[in-house]
This record gives sequence, structure tokens and C-alpha cells, in this order.
Amino acid sequence: MNLKLKIWRQKDANSKGKLHDYQISNVSPDMSFLEMLDVLNEELIAKGEEPVEFDHDCREGICGTCSLQINGEPHGPDRLITTCQLHMRKFNDGDTIYIEPFRAKAFPVVKDLIVDRSAFDRIQQAGGFISVNTSGNTIDANTIPINKHDADNAFDAATCIGCGACVAACKNASAMLFTSAKVSQFAQLPQGKVEATERVMNMVRQMDLEGFGNCTNTGACEIECPKGISLENIARMNREYLSASLKG
Amino acid sequence: MSGLLNTSIARKVAMALSGLFLITFLIIHVIINFASVISADTFNELSHFMGTNPVIQFLMQPVLVFGVVFHFVMGFVLELQNRKARTVKYAMFKGSANASWLSRNMIISGVTVLAFLGLHFYDFWIPEMVYKYVEFSPEDPSRYFPELVHKFESPVRTGLYVLAFILLAMHLWHGFQSAFQTMGVNNKYTPAIKKAGMIYSILIPFGFIFIALFHHFNH
Amino acid sequence: MATLDSKIPQGPIAEKWTKHKSEINLVNPANKRNIDIIVVGTGLAGGSAAATLAELGYNVKTFCYQDSPRRAHSIAAQGGINAAKNYQGDGDSDYRLFYDTVKGGDYRSREANVYRLAEVSGNIIDQCVAQGVPFARDYGGLLDNRSFGGVLVSRTFYAKGQTGQQLLLGAYSAMNRQINRGKIQAFNRHEMLDLVIVDGKARGIIARDMVSGEIQRHSAHAVVVASGGYGNVFFLSTNAMGSNVTAAWKIHKKGAYFANPCFTQIHPTCIPVSGDHQSKLTLMSESLRNDGRIWVPAKLEDAKAIREGKLKPTQIAEEDRDYYLERRYPSFGNLVPRDVASRAAKERCDAGFGVNATGEAVYLDFSAAIMRYGKEKAITSGMNNPSEEQIRKLGEEIIEAKYGNLFQMYEKIVDENPYKTPMMIYPAVHYTMGGVWVDYNLMSTIPGCYVAGEANFSDHGANRLGASALMQGLADGYFVLPYTMGDYLADDIRTGKISTDLPEFEEAEKQIKEQISKLINNKGTHSVDHYHKKLGKIMWNKCGMARNAQGLKEAMEEIRALREDFHKNVIVPGDDNGKNSELEKALRVADFLELGELFAKDALHREESCGGHFREEYQTAEGEALRDDENFRYVAAWEYTGDPQSSVLHKEELVYENIELKTRSYK
Repeated sequence: MNLKLKIWRQKDANSKGKLHDYQISNVSPDMSFLEMLDVLNEELIAKGEEPVEFDHDCREGICGTCSLQINGEPHGPDRLITTCQLHMRKFNDGDTIYIEPFRAKAFPVVKDLIVDRSAFDRIQQAGGFISVNTSGNTIDANTIPINKHDADNAFDAATCIGCGACVAACKNASAMLFTSAKVSQFAQLPQGKVEATERVMNMVRQMDLEGFGNCTNTGACEIECPKGISLENIARMNREYLSASLKG
Repeated sequence: MSGLLNTSIARKVAMALSGLFLITFLIIHVIINFASVISADTFNELSHFMGTNPVIQFLMQPVLVFGVVFHFVMGFVLELQNRKARTVKYAMFKGSANASWLSRNMIISGVTVLAFLGLHFYDFWIPEMVYKYVEFSPEDPSRYFPELVHKFESPVRTGLYVLAFILLAMHLWHGFQSAFQTMGVNNKYTPAIKKAGMIYSILIPFGFIFIALFHHFNH
Repeated sequence: MATLDSKIPQGPIAEKWTKHKSEINLVNPANKRNIDIIVVGTGLAGGSAAATLAELGYNVKTFCYQDSPRRAHSIAAQGGINAAKNYQGDGDSDYRLFYDTVKGGDYRSREANVYRLAEVSGNIIDQCVAQGVPFARDYGGLLDNRSFGGVLVSRTFYAKGQTGQQLLLGAYSAMNRQINRGKIQAFNRHEMLDLVIVDGKARGIIARDMVSGEIQRHSAHAVVVASGGYGNVFFLSTNAMGSNVTAAWKIHKKGAYFANPCFTQIHPTCIPVSGDHQSKLTLMSESLRNDGRIWVPAKLEDAKAIREGKLKPTQIAEEDRDYYLERRYPSFGNLVPRDVASRAAKERCDAGFGVNATGEAVYLDFSAAIMRYGKEKAITSGMNNPSEEQIRKLGEEIIEAKYGNLFQMYEKIVDENPYKTPMMIYPAVHYTMGGVWVDYNLMSTIPGCYVAGEANFSDHGANRLGASALMQGLADGYFVLPYTMGDYLADDIRTGKISTDLPEFEEAEKQIKEQISKLINNKGTHSVDHYHKKLGKIMWNKCGMARNAQGLKEAMEEIRALREDFHKNVIVPGDDNGKNSELEKALRVADFLELGELFAKDALHREESCGGHFREEYQTAEGEALRDDENFRYVAAWEYTGDPQSSVLHKEELVYENIELKTRSYK
């Protein structure tokens, strides 16, 4: 099929960017979206132009590196996938496709379609851990049984890949789903309860400092999340936060 | 307690609490108004009580005014912060793909309701305050019903009322369940809460609309 | 030829590690504050090493090319992590895990290292649970296990199909705790481009800031390279696009020997290639072989009809199917080790029984498991005379609970519903057992330069068993390096900060800058990918699942020619002061083009078949691998002498005192 691409080009963080038009032909429906961009880049290099920079790595939907806003949606029109798992069979011959970086004040553009998501790392550094030493001198793993339901719920929250689609989809660029996933994972495990108060306070404070917007419960994050992280996590974080503030 | 006022979650909780407070208030308001459909005397009696009882006048009324003002001011603050969180806009943003129009446009429905509130204050609350506390007019327990009927004579004003309440319904459709989510309630009762929210946001505003239309066409 | 000193401690195998730990030197906490360590790579090995070393008090700097340590490719490991916990009471023990791993590795790994790995395996699970890793649990709240290929016990701990992700996020959270304490400085989007050696010791690295393009000098008292494997030398592999050999190759060129480069694991269950545009291959977890049955049509005409689209797999009658693994290996069946399963698939496809358009795919069929589970469920839920449809539905639900995310992934990529029609799979390059040679302390032949995880030649011999990579990465990082590095660093407490103004840093930086400017100013005609794909084709065709002397000799020549062509004719658009993915790729492919040749040279010299290394000249009449313990029971460690072609071989003889050398049989 033949497609018209409108791709955001921006030299670096300090330059102004704009959308450029590209035409691409002979796109196979079996290609992944990123493979289509690979082909475009090969054509650009052959023409002596600079290829389009975009983030990607594992190309199997787990590393969370790829981060494209495709036709106005993070990771494109399909659900429960990342950009690298989006296949061209989801598009039709003659389509125009807008490709933009994830946009948020807290995610400044590095180049073209690449953004800086280190704000996410800083939120995790503020409290996304259990303060246990890694020496291995700990109790046997089966000493504390954990209710299967809680363990499964903690796992579901822990599957967040930190891609930032929640922020990109949110009209307020809020990072509540991301932050709540980690808070929620630990809040549901006995190991994590010990530091629950400090954790939620510190992580929320850092989240605000990074300049993300406020959550208005539109639910866009949950729909666009490639791992289907539930809004329940946000409610749980709100609860954790309320009880932590009343305590401390 | 430090965390209760200065973070995004704290502001959201304040928003939810003031919203829930206003939701409760609307129930009382619609019940009293409904009395006007059934009996002019009952309506006059209830209005007289509300208008003269010192607890309601000097305790509840200021709380209500504060709640209303707070909800609006906080709404604007949040909206401004949210706009600042995305400085460069998308060339193409398909919000409809993942969230309802209502949830994404609370500021529009909210501002409309605010505008209506201006009209409402101009129509009822300011004259009432002037009557009681500026002119110190003599108390007349039977004046409420005729005043009400008079206001709904104009088709334009009635139309505006109807429009405003449709927007209020839209605001509540998202606001009701959103308040619970913000308060941390998302569990097996959530489907029931959502349903209750839908029923509420249809019943209450359309109750007001019914009353307005009733008086417009019946007098 | 020089022999290598593996520094294996004396004493009985079960006591070596404990004894070693109690005898080595320690650094007191106050002195640790004055010692800097660089960790390159933040996957399971690097991330866990960085966290533990920082926790002990050392000043740690981490480097990763990804935008966050959390994205290292360990995250993609699906199936699980082995540990000899014997929670299932099925007879597991440290010794059995040790034995299985040595046997699985086809007797080409070092006994002492493997035993230590088995010994600390249980602790890894304790540690990870304490960190909040949400492993799968049973209804009693205890940890659940499953089976993997090549073993007869159930010792694999897992978190659905995302075990690697959960373990990596555990290590990442441990790192975050230390970053928060100021003990780790994380340099993300930074790529190590060279090692700096001062007075014979590793004292720092040259790194490129991939955002600004700046070339930086970083000094330390020791350097850990945990940069993963080199599977991307094949271009198409299950590795991440950015996975590369550069850090490992650069230390090799500076004096670290490279061991067994030809030992590469081809994973049997990957989604087949669909066309020339393909950029990577997707793995379907080995855990699927617990329930899936692998087959091809028994009749050539059926296979042909399927390839032409005239016949559907579901139309092939049971008796016309060849469940070739069950036929050839009745005892292990579909759960034979990866190398065996991969070769068997290739054998069937080469014989003309392949089932997709390219003829390079076999079926992985869940219909039997669906019906079996469905029947069990129907009985336990008290259904009377359930219809076939009801049974199928119940069975599909159980399969979905077990493998739902994998099935969904398959459907997204292939556009076929694997619940209704068998999956198509084919082997793909997955893991490299070979790597930088290290001694028992995980130190390379460069003093102060340690290598951990997949980057070292490690514990897996000629073939790695499923769920052992995660175990090894975490063992190296959490439990081995923190001890063994202390032993080395005890001599460095009075050294003081290493200056980056030393001439060695200057020289290394200069060379890197020259290399970059040469690439940028080359203005050739072919893109980097053009060369990478060509290299991949040579590797796959001549150094892949089956190799022969003729092909390997050709491969060496072709790779050399390709490398020369690359340096003459490659084009790298853009400039070097800013984000430039093409430049990053060019630097990596330049190293792959050298490694590839050494790979072929190693494969050519090893005149036997063992594990992932199958030489067509050395096989039994039945087509099984023919190992030559007489002549090749050693680790081949190559010393760089200026050109991969003329690398010098050093042998580390492998001594088996606790395990009897046998022909590996899974029949």
C-alpha cells in the first residue's frame, strides 16, 4: 500500500520543530509500524537526507522504549500493544498518518520523535523500591505466604513498562497511572507495606515536581496503556495518599 | 497533615469533596423546588423556613457559598495547571478514541453552569439578600411562590435554565463517579456507583427542568 | 600455548565457594567510600551488581545505552528463573541443578562455577521476593513452579510470561534506592566505546553521551562489563535492536580473551520470518512446550499442499502428523533442550516438511492440551456429558490463563488465532553462551576488568538450559561480584582517585574521536543496515544451526571482505554532535564485523559437535551431535593480536571431577 506520513522533525531540544510530509510506497501489511519507518529511513539515507530519529529497542512490546503518537493516539489505533507491535495491516492504502512524539512538559523532545522520559526514573528513585539489602541474608521466600489474589493484583500493577503512553494520552499529561502502578504493586504485598507511607508521599511529591498535570479521571490512560494497567491503581494510590497524609 | 493541601492529589480530593457537597445540596434544592409543583403553600412554608432559620442562613449558607466558590476556583486552578503540563500541543489529538467528551470538557460544562449560577443569583439570591438584609423589608411568608412563577414567565429565561441544566447533567455524569474515584473508591461497588451517578445526573437536573417547564406552561 | 589460570579454589566442590568467600580479602566500609566502580550495562547482571556494590559503600557509576536502566533486554526474558529450592519435593537439589546445567551445556562448562551458581540459586529467590518481585503463587499463597526443557524436576519460578521484566524491575528498584542515596550515578543514553588501561589495570572507560555527542572520560578502580550477548551479529535475532558486542569487543581488543564465540543458542520456538523487511524475531516462551506438541505433516505432499495454501493444518488427520520430537526423543519428548529441538526442526524443514510459504516453519499445536484441560475442568466442575464444544471452551480458558499474553502477541504479529489453528514456529538466534573469558572470580584477563551475565562465557557451556540466564545474571551481580571484587580492590584502598588527565585516557579518547570522524566523513553509498543484513545472512547460512569446514572458511573470507567494504563504502548521515542513531549503529556493526570472523574461526577450529555448535562432519548415523572429549574438552579463549583472523588460541582444559562425562541423551 501507499501512505502519506506527516512526521514531526525537530533537530534538538532547543530547536523549533514542525511536521514534514513523506510519501512511502510498497508497504507490506505484515510489516510492523517501526519496520515501515526503517524502510522510510533507508530511502531517506539513499537520498542523502537525515533519517527520522525514533526510540525503539526490544521490538516485542516489553522494554517500553518505543513512544510514538500515531494519528493522535499513543502507540496508534490498536489496543494493548506498543508501537513496535502495531502492524501495517491496521491501515489502508492511501491513508495519511500523523506521527508525533509523546507530548508533555515533563517529556521534552530530544530529537524528532525521541523524548526524554527521565522524569519517570526520578519518580521511581523517590520511593519506588523496598529498602531491603541485596545481600541475600533474608528469610526464605516461602516464609510469608501471600494470598494469590493479592499477588496476582500486585503483578498486574507491576507489568507497567514505563513507556509514558498514559501521559501522552491524558489531556492533562498526568502521570498518575504510572506512579500509581508502582505504589499499588507494593501496597498489595506485605513486604511493601512497611514503607507505604513514605513511599506514596515521596513519589507523589516528585511526580508533581516534574510538572505533570492533575488527574481528572477521564480514563484515557487505562484505555491506551499497552499493558492494560487499571484505573483501580489510581484509586488505590489516592487512598494510600489520603491515609498517609492523615497519619503523617 | 502537610500532604492534604499542597499536592495534585490533595487538590483533587478537595475538588471531589466540594463536588460531593454540592451534589448533596442539589438534592435538597430539588426537593424544595418540587414542592412548588405539588402545592404553593408547602413551597412557601419550606422557603420561609430556609430563608429565616438562623442556622441555615448564617451557618449553612456561608458554607454553601464557600463550597461553590471553592469548587469553581479550584476547577480553574487545576485547568490552568493541566494546560501548562503540555506546552506544545499535538497537531493531531484523538481524545475521543479513549475518553468521553464529557470527561474531557468538564471546564466547558462547568463554566456554563457557572454562567447559569450568575443568572440564578441575579434572579433569586441577590434580590433575596437585598430584600432581607439591605432593605429590611417586612417578612411575607407567602411571597416565594409568586416570585418563582414570575421568573419562569419569560420563554428566553426558561430556555436558558433548561440549557444550563442539560450542561449540569453532563457535568455530573462524569463528576459524580469521578469524585468517588478520586476519594479512592474503586472496588466491587464501582459499577453500582457509576449507575447511581448516571441516575442522579439525569434525575436531578431533569427534575429542575421539569419544574421550570411546569411553571412556564402552567401559569 | 599458554594455559589460563581459572583460579578455582581447592577443596570439595560443595565447599569451594564458602571457603573462598571466607578466605578472600575485604575492604573496610570507610575505605569503600574512596573506591569507584564503573558498571557497563544495567540488565540483570549489571543492575544487580551496581545496586549491591553501592549498598556495600562503593561509589558506582552505571552506563547504559537505553534511556533508562529499566529497559535493558533482560526485561524480555519470558519463561522463568531456575532455583534448587525443592519446594515441590520432587527430588531437586543443588547437585541436581548443577548436574542438569553441566549436562545441558554438553560438558563444556566449568564445574566449579556451575556449582556455585546452583548453590546461590535459592538465595536469589529469597532476595527477589524480599524486594517485592510478584512471582506466581498457588492458592495456598506459596510460590508456584513449572518445568522447562532438559530437566525432570519442576524448579522454575515465574511471573506469568514476564519473569525477566519483574526481576529486572526488582534490580532497577534496588538501583533506584542507591541512586536516591547518592551512591549510584546513572549515565543513561551513554555508550561505552573503549576501556582505559593504566599500568596494566582497567582504570576507566571512554563513553559517548548519545544525546549531546560528547565523548567523556570516566575513571574508576575497577570496571564491570555486563553488556549482554552478541546475538545481533546475525542481524535477525530475538535480541533488542540495540543489543551489541561493542563493550565486550573493545575490552577483547584491549587484552581480554574471548571464549567460545561459536557457542550460540538458537531458540526453537520463535515466530517465523515473514519477509525481507523483518527487523527482529519474536520469541515464544519455551514454557509453551509444556503444553504444545510440535509436528509437521508426515507426508511430503501434505506439506506441499499446506505451503501452497491448499490445505489447512486442522485438516491433517492425526495419523498423518509427525510429532517428530516425541518420535525421536520419547523420554523428554517436546521438552528436549533447545539445541536439540532447533536442530530437529531444521532437519524436518530441510527435508521438505516445512509448513509456511518459505518452508521454514513447524507447528506448535495446543489442541490436545486444550481438550485435556477442558475434560479435567469439566469433571472437576461436575458437568455431566459435556459437549465437545463445551470442553474446548473450558480448555481454551485454561490455556488463556497460562499463556494468554503469548497467544495475544502471536495473534498480533501473525494475524492468526492460535487457539483455533496451530502456531507456526521456527528457530532463531537467541542467546550467546560464548563471551569474554573470566576466571572463577569473574575477572577477565585484564586485571580489574570484570565481566558478568551473558557477556562472559559463563556457566552454560555449549548450550544453555531454559530459565538459567536470569539465574546466572542475578547470581553474578547480587552474590558473586560483591565478594570477588572486594578481594581485588583491597589492594586499592590507598590508590586515591584515578585522574582522567592521564595520557592513557587522552590516547583512548583520541582514537575514538578519530573512528567517529572517519565514519561521519566517509560519505559512502550503503547504509549501515545494508552491511548488517549482509553479515547476518553470512552468519545464518554458514555459522548457523549447522556448520561445516567449507562454509566456515568461506564465511571468514566473506566477512573480511564485507568489513573492508564497510569501511570504504558505508554512509553515516548527520553529524557527531547530537543524537545520531546511524552513527551508533555504525560503531556497533563495525565491531560485529570483526567478531563475526572470530566466531567463524572458532567454529572452524572446534572439530566436534556439542550443544549449540553442530558441525555436519561430526554427527552420529542418527544425526545426533558427536562430541570429541579427547581433543576438545576445553574452553577456547582467543587473544586479539590486531586482526580476528590471526587471533591466538589459549585453552582452558575442563576438568570433570564430580560429573562423569557421558554422551548427552534425551531419548
